[in-house]
Amino acid sequence: MKTKSRASARTAGKPSIETGAQIIVDTLIEQGVDTMFGYIGGVVIPLFDRLYDAPINFIVPRHEQGGCHMADAYARASGKVGVVLATSGPGACNLVTGLATAMMDSVPMVALTGQVRTELIGNDAFQEADTTGITRPVTKYNCIVKDVKDLARTIREAFHIASTGRPGPVLIDLPVDVEVAKFNTDGPAEMKLPGYRIRTKGHARQISTAAKAINKSKQPVLYVGGGVITANAGKELSAFAEKAHLPVTMTLLGLGSYDQRKAESLDMLGMHGSAYANYAVQQCDLLIAVGARFDDRVTGKIETFAPNAKVIHIDVDPASISKNVGVDIPVVGDAKVILKALAREVEYQERKKWFDKIAEWKKKFPFRYDQNSSTIKPQYVVEELCRQTKNEAIVTTGVGQNQMWAAQFYRFFKPRQFISSGGLGTMGFGLPAAIGAQIAKPNETVIDIDGDHGFNMTMTELSTAIEHKLPIKICILNNGYMGMVRQWQELFYGRRYSKSYLKNPEYEALAKALGAVGMTVDKKADVPKAVKQMLKEKQPCVVDFRVEPEENVWPMVPAGKSLDEMSGLDILERLI
Amino acid sequence: MKHIISALVENKSGVLAHVAGMFAARAFNIDSLVVGRTEDPALSRMTIVVIGDDRVLEQVRKQLAKVVPVVKVQDFVGQPVVARDLMLIAISAPPEKRSEILSLIEMFRGKVVDIGQKFVMVEVSGPEDKIEAFINVCKPYGIKSLARTGTIAMPRHSRADMRPAQTSNDQADA
Ligand SMILES: Cc1ncc(C[n+]2csc(CCOP(=O)(O)OP(=O)(O)O)c2C)c(N)n1
Ligand SMILES: [Mg+2]
Repeated sequence: MKTKSRASARTAGKPSIETGAQIIVDTLIEQGVDTMFGYIGGVVIPLFDRLYDAPINFIVPRHEQGGCHMADAYARASGKVGVVLATSGPGACNLVTGLATAMMDSVPMVALTGQVRTELIGNDAFQEADTTGITRPVTKYNCIVKDVKDLARTIREAFHIASTGRPGPVLIDLPVDVEVAKFNTDGPAEMKLPGYRIRTKGHARQISTAAKAINKSKQPVLYVGGGVITANAGKELSAFAEKAHLPVTMTLLGLGSYDQRKAESLDMLGMHGSAYANYAVQQCDLLIAVGARFDDRVTGKIETFAPNAKVIHIDVDPASISKNVGVDIPVVGDAKVILKALAREVEYQERKKWFDKIAEWKKKFPFRYDQNSSTIKPQYVVEELCRQTKNEAIVTTGVGQNQMWAAQFYRFFKPRQFISSGGLGTMGFGLPAAIGAQIAKPNETVIDIDGDHGFNMTMTELSTAIEHKLPIKICILNNGYMGMVRQWQELFYGRRYSKSYLKNPEYEALAKALGAVGMTVDKKADVPKAVKQMLKEKQPCVVDFRVEPEENVWPMVPAGKSLDEMSGLDILERLI
Repeated sequence: MKHIISALVENKSGVLAHVAGMFAARAFNIDSLVVGRTEDPALSRMTIVVIGDDRVLEQVRKQLAKVVPVVKVQDFVGQPVVARDLMLIAISAPPEKRSEILSLIEMFRGKVVDIGQKFVMVEVSGPEDKIEAFINVCKPYGIKSLARTGTIAMPRHSRADMRPAQTSNDQADA
């Protein structure tokens, strides 16, 4: 990649001497950045000075963690690279949770952090932290730029690494003296990454072997992870699944890759997945994994996972293959490219017996809750949200029961519609994620389905949403508890609810005090009209749904059990 | 099982931290790790001895290849290789034991690099088990201190045994 700086294009002939800060801003713009998130501090003032009149929509969170989640969700919603900027020391440290969240879910991000002057590094200088040391395990790659001549190249490399292969966050640490140093930017600054190679195409013979196995299979299951969404391969996935006639189950992060309103959708699998998905996986003769990584929340007891299945694994990350589960037919490459190639080679198979069996499971064990209860069931709220938004909203979540109910009862149909912290399970993700998603998609309805305690963790970002007049909807499924923890304590610790209950604020009053719309809903009959009102609001709106305090998420595969050893099926059956 | 993995890495700051950090984070078991320059100033070679079964080793190889500044990963499984360790060892050597010790050193083709009133410092190189064997024979005399480099290795390009005939202690490798 050869890129002349904008300045040099303007003043042909004269050498273009620029400061590091200006080079950073120019290179960001060259990389297509028009939105970023960040918080100022001593060592990044030179950079913020250059951002002052740059054509970049700059969002300031109230806490760097929030900014990092915003950039993450911005990336998840838009498919672009999310960019976050923080000062040295405390600012950089506050990014850690957000970076780890993005790393676990393979989200393309670039984080820039200020650093103390090069000659002070290692001296315990004011606001010094070993940022590259602290963030190394939670980034795909990180480095410090100690010489202004390396700046443009390093930033280009960061965007390339963040957005290709299996994406992830890349952090660049920027000492303040590099920001102010001057450099003639006329020379080339091409990427130099001899150790970074990605396989996209997929081995043709492996693809044919996979296609043959699929054509032969009587009881296949297609198991789809977030990688399909990352690879923008939703269309290719559906085309392939339909051509071969395959039932499709998705991981939490895979939701949205396949239309859940279709009969072939088995919805989510795993610990709180559907009984029909879990049974189908356990009984399939061929498991076709695409962009998924056999996480323990998905497989249950690994030794007995899909015991009769041959496994095809399509993934861009060779290290994902055979990491947890032995793979028979690995195909390394880009999901979009491979699914297209596979679709050409597969044939439609009726598989009537298999689909009949699946239909029977679907009929017998759908996700269910007590519709006749007098209290507000959290699942009812999610269902009502899905109904009134006609399945079209972008949904972000907290972590815990709220997240599982959102995954179970909102039916998604398009990629980038469901934004949730899957791998790390970061409470507090929901609200900043809604902000990032709304900024990426200003014309869509963005709903944060959150837990009371998750909301408590990052609720300060409500101010950010208000400042930017973002019409995000925050639906707190307020059960008073750290519900998911309480559920485990109920089931496995004799109902000793140790520290899983805290006093919550009055969310309605809180929202109003900050300048948002606030509502409280404590009657079941009021749910539909509250949702309707909420959807009309043009500013941030917080709705406190006082839901059944001790509702549980079913089914549940207890830790260490096989996928088909689900608890709660009896409870679900009694609800018919 | 011990395996030798060799990685060519970019010669720039932070690379060792990236590699060592990955090993620690993934709970891989390192026996030794050696870094040194190569004929190409832009590249260094890391030789890593890893403990684990085939499955662990496959993950090690893949995870290592994923580290951005790692340019190339080689695993010498099933190949004849030359593997060497270098050791400096100070053995207590009172005058009455010296000739005995010196003949041991001779047997192991060691080199005396320093000598004091009460000790000799010896340089020994060779495959790991030769080094271990030498340490064992030195133990009864008393080892004052010891430093080892860890294993470096290269695949043999020919099957031919290029070692001079007298290096009988070298036989254990390959
Ligand atoms: C930052 C963070 N701390 C702790 C946890 C552990 N944890 C998982 S779920 C949960 C309870 C969440 O409570 P709430 O947000 O009210 O959601 P609910 O399960 O009640 O829907 C906790 C504490 C976590 N996932 N993230
Ligand atoms: Mg709760």
